[in-house]
Amino acid sequence: MSIRKNIVFSDPIISNNPITRQVLGICSALAVTVKVDSAIVMAFALTFVLVGSNTIISILRKKIPSNVRIIVQLTIIATLVIMTDQLLKAFLFDISKQLSVFVGLIITNCIVMGRAEAFAMQNSLKDSLLDGLGNGIGYGAVLIIVAIIREFLGSGSIMNINLLPASMYVENGGWYVNNGLMLLAPGAFIVLGLLIWIQRTVTNYTEE
Amino acid sequence: MSKKPNPFLFIGILTITSSLLLSLAATQLKSYQDYNVDVDKKKNVLKCIGLDVSVLSSENIINEYNSRISEIITDKDGNNIERVNFSDLTLKENKMTGESMFIFESKKYLPIFKSSSPEATIIPISGKGLWSTLFGYFALDNDFNTVKGITFYQHSETPGLGGEVDKDWFQNNFVGKKIKDDEGSLVSVQVVKGKSGDNIHGVDGISGATITSRGLTDFLLRDLKRYTPFFNKQMDRIN
Repeated sequence: MSIRKNIVFSDPIISNNPITRQVLGICSALAVTVKVDSAIVMAFALTFVLVGSNTIISILRKKIPSNVRIIVQLTIIATLVIMTDQLLKAFLFDISKQLSVFVGLIITNCIVMGRAEAFAMQNSLKDSLLDGLGNGIGYGAVLIIVAIIREFLGSGSIMNINLLPASMYVENGGWYVNNGLMLLAPGAFIVLGLLIWIQRTVTNYTEE
Repeated sequence: MSKKPNPFLFIGILTITSSLLLSLAATQLKSYQDYNVDVDKKKNVLKCIGLDVSVLSSENIINEYNSRISEIITDKDGNNIERVNFSDLTLKENKMTGESMFIFESKKYLPIFKSSSPEATIIPISGKGLWSTLFGYFALDNDFNTVKGITFYQHSETPGLGGEVDKDWFQNNFVGKKIKDDEGSLVSVQVVKGKSGDNIHGVDGISGATITSRGLTDFLLRDLKRYTPFFNKQMDRIN
């Protein structure tokens, strides 16, 4: 039993990662990874929604009439997402401005709906909670790795702290120019592609 | 297998519960959110006159704002209206043009922010870009000709393209540009394609953001025109 618990939790973090393995939630992974701080907040927001929706749906799973189950799942997810958005607007206003529509778009994030339908509808409360947490961390980890690479190459900083000496830049007589491509969506595609490649090489996974 | 409840009943209870939760959250958090929006606007007014606002906390922003900025309300002919306060005005957007209308008792007014240090006049600007209405501030030096700064506090333009309007590199371009030609008539500042070079009425364009740039050029001129009577009155007073 404890081995299964571990798998439920750790599987989505590495070998069955929702982004790099299942290629879900790509839209937000491209959009919010320009800066590390917004990626972290997005990771927390999604984890919160995912754990919440998995938990609630798992509790209600025996009561949810199966012909309206998608509507029920969507209502629960939407409620949690709007709550998260409201909380961010009240307490983390600057970051909520940067994330703009993408918090709202968690509603349509395939990971949340996918885990609700595929896992929480069949499994116990504890397993569903762990599954939500694992998937949230798996998603968040990829987001933060991509954001670190993009922010460092694109803006020369991490968490808005400049890491490259100012004298290195061309405008101050140096030789370096920030890579503007990294700030745009194609930069995220490239970084994400490389990550998927590394992850699949390490876990020896090939598409059938 | 336990018996499942009636779908209608289940959905009914679910929607009532979630709407109750959401309205509770919305009402409880409203005051915090309004405060944040207010601080954000004041922050952008300060940023517009060249202050480094990134290091200031919310309380500091309010304090700096109160000590430096005075709010003046004028009518469309540029006359001061003493009896109306800035907080009385409600901001309505003209959905066609994106023009900001500040309304009190169903009459339109034009608010102006006067900064004492550094001395500057700040006006609100707004208008349509590609996807959204951009809201911001535009600051002029005491000669009502030299641009002190520009900021945007709200827009939904494409990040990395039109969204660059809220970036420092773009906004810094405006500083020192002139809104009047040699004869003293208003020409505003245009966002040009590519590099503006030594054009004193143009700023570097954003590649891939033609429509946002064109929109900005248009609404900047329109809003400056609205405020020209006030500027002229102030100029007369100085001369």
